[in-house]
Amino acid sequence: MPKLLTGNEAVARGAYEAGVHFASAYPGTPSTEILENLAQYEEVDAQWSPNEKVALETALGACIGGARSIVSMKHVGLNVAADPLFTASYTGVNGGLVIVSADDPGMYSSQDEQDNRYYARFAKIPMLEPSDSQEAKDFTIFAFDLSEEYDTPVLLRLTTRISHGRSPVVLGERTERKVKDYSRNIEKYIVLPAHARRLHVEVENRMSRLRALAEKSPLNKVEMGDRELGIITCGAAYQYVKEACPNASILKLGFSYPVPHELIREFAKQVNRLIVVEELEPLLENEIRALGIKVEGKELFTRFGELSTEIVRKGLGMEDETSFKPEDNIPLRPPVLCPGCPHRGVFYQLNKLKAVVTGDIGCYTLGALPPLSSMDTCHCMGASIGTALGLEKARGKEFARKVVAVIGDSTFLHSGITGLMDVVYNKGTITVVILDNGITAMTGHQHHPGTGYTAKNESTSKVDLEEICRAVGVKRVVTVDCYDLERLGTVLKEEMSAEEPSVVIARRPCILWVRERERAFAVGESCIGCGACIGLGCPAISLLGTAAEINAQMCTGCGLCAQVCPTKAIVRL
Amino acid sequence: MGISGENVLMVGVGGQGIILAGRIIGNAALKMGLEVKVSEIHGMAQRGGSVVTHVRFGRKVYSPTIEVGKADVILAFEKLEALRWLHYLRPGGTMIINDQEIYPLPVLIGKGEYPSDILENIQSKVSDTLALDALKIAVEAGNPKAANMVLLGALAAKLGFEQELWHEVIEQTVPPKTVETNIRAFDMGFERIKSPGACI
Ligand SMILES: Cc1ncc(C[n+]2csc(CCOP(=O)(O)OP(=O)(O)O)c2C)c(N)n1
Repeated sequence: MPKLLTGNEAVARGAYEAGVHFASAYPGTPSTEILENLAQYEEVDAQWSPNEKVALETALGACIGGARSIVSMKHVGLNVAADPLFTASYTGVNGGLVIVSADDPGMYSSQDEQDNRYYARFAKIPMLEPSDSQEAKDFTIFAFDLSEEYDTPVLLRLTTRISHGRSPVVLGERTERKVKDYSRNIEKYIVLPAHARRLHVEVENRMSRLRALAEKSPLNKVEMGDRELGIITCGAAYQYVKEACPNASILKLGFSYPVPHELIREFAKQVNRLIVVEELEPLLENEIRALGIKVEGKELFTRFGELSTEIVRKGLGMEDETSFKPEDNIPLRPPVLCPGCPHRGVFYQLNKLKAVVTGDIGCYTLGALPPLSSMDTCHCMGASIGTALGLEKARGKEFARKVVAVIGDSTFLHSGITGLMDVVYNKGTITVVILDNGITAMTGHQHHPGTGYTAKNESTSKVDLEEICRAVGVKRVVTVDCYDLERLGTVLKEEMSAEEPSVVIARRPCILWVRERERAFAVGESCIGCGACIGLGCPAISLLGTAAEINAQMCTGCGLCAQVCPTKAIVRL
Repeated sequence: MGISGENVLMVGVGGQGIILAGRIIGNAALKMGLEVKVSEIHGMAQRGGSVVTHVRFGRKVYSPTIEVGKADVILAFEKLEALRWLHYLRPGGTMIINDQEIYPLPVLIGKGEYPSDILENIQSKVSDTLALDALKIAVEAGNPKAANMVLLGALAAKLGFEQELWHEVIEQTVPPKTVETNIRAFDMGFERIKSPGACI
């Protein structure tokens, strides 16, 4: 019987069945579970890398060493890994190399909705786009063969609905493969200009051969129906098209780059009206139009967010029955820092100090929202420190007394260290707070080089954050307990006023990661309803009547509220 | 209802066990020999945000998501979320509501108001509205964390697969130590819907 797998589980299974030897990744929604699943196979050497660039470089090394390798990341991760991506396209592979990019149209948990199909075009590598979990598995297996046969990395492009959608998958057996022989080949693997010029020509030749392959590939399917309407589509959009217009003629592109021009010309000839339905950018549409073919696309369907059956239906001018109207004035339910989250106290104090806070990416980005409201900027992983230094460069030393960069432990190791080096090197005086909750929390608790454990849960050496900060030249490095509000406040104030760079390491394990709970707190008689505790933005505390209330089921006993209560009304049960 | 195909939208708050419940429905439908798609959202949503899982099954299923106005059943783990997603229900569809209120942060800090008449409001629009206190029932079954199984039981009573089949799937999906409590909670939810006029 088939099994109900998510696209991510299916990719991991496909890689396993294809005999993959090595897997690397840096976590990122919606891609994370690919490596988590691969780590469960004994036959696969699977690792979390400190960031996506290192993940790709390690997979590249493994593939040059003859191993079948897979590397996975979220869409923005490929920006970080873009540098090795482009040259890996020139050098090609030895063992197969599959690069998985999980995009997030609709930005369910991302800072942008960039369309990573551009990367296949930009780096000149073939791209496969599955539409469900079975295809995710099958395409992964095919990707390895394709990679080895055409001497190229292959981009497997997923989106949130594919990664986190479950559908039935038929499992197969693993085909064991020998690690291929390795021998030095500097003309292939050293991209000196003289070599690279020749390699570039080979890349173009490879693209022509790949295009010819895509023309005949069974991954590109024509489903002829009513010839009045012909739709070209790929990825999740295929499913919405099938649902909205089951009778239309469809060309589904699973092997979607290089684009099979002849196949499209043939298809276009057979239908009266040709439409492209693709999520995000009009990539196929533009390429088809450039072939001189009359085609419609983005004038009918949005380039924002994900598509859906109703968007396809509306775009095609089909009537939609009306049903219940969406209710207005429903209070929003934004994500919040958990009760007992160690990040809370830091933001509470930064808010009181009226700090200018450059933020970073992680659970702690939620510190930007009311009532903590203590963040000024947030761009991408690692950006907090460079941005803080830049603010100082623009506004001077006086202003720098208020500037604090906050960054999580996983993010600091991902790409914060270089920023800190820059602060010291270029004589900045800002303060950096490393929110060390001992895990990569936002993406569901993955290990990193600072946790002391590998992706397979084996113990390993552990990075010492204090030592790293000192080693790059920071003299003021202070460690504080996140639950000690008063000390947090004093230390932050002191370090911010110091006219030299300083790092405050605010340490406490993520409350969802440690299972033990302290006894809960409760509000006593002397509560005057002043709302001081409400300022912590803890979802276990409410103030609806004249006194505050603590939900004992939710309270983890962190005690911050007791520390801010002016009448000492909050006590441990 | 039954095996002709269903669109079940599950809505609630991060941490209520919706993803697990969605997987169980998916596996039950798969066991019935139907095609299934389940669509979840992970990530930010887990931090106490509003979450939704789409479950679709039938002879042939394409889209992983349910269209607005096309859900046959909405299984709401929380009242405010029932209201938020109501427009996904098709006319004549079924609404199963857990009679539990979880205040979102804006309400907790006095920046928003939790509507007081949600149940009446929904009942006035949806004649087939079933409400039950899943948390209370789960406590009776032995573990408040099994509230998701109570709601699953309530849904199962509506969907019409064999109770045995559900038990099998639950056994294969939840941790071994929790099977007994989970099945008890499931059965209590199931019975609550089966016995006429018994809601709340
Ligand atoms: C380049 C890039 N890779 C991955 C992600 C996904 N992501 C968002 S936050 C985060 C990790 C945050 O961990 P940490 O800094 O330890 O903070 P925490 O969530 O634990 O508070 C990751 C991996 C991303 N947004 N960008």
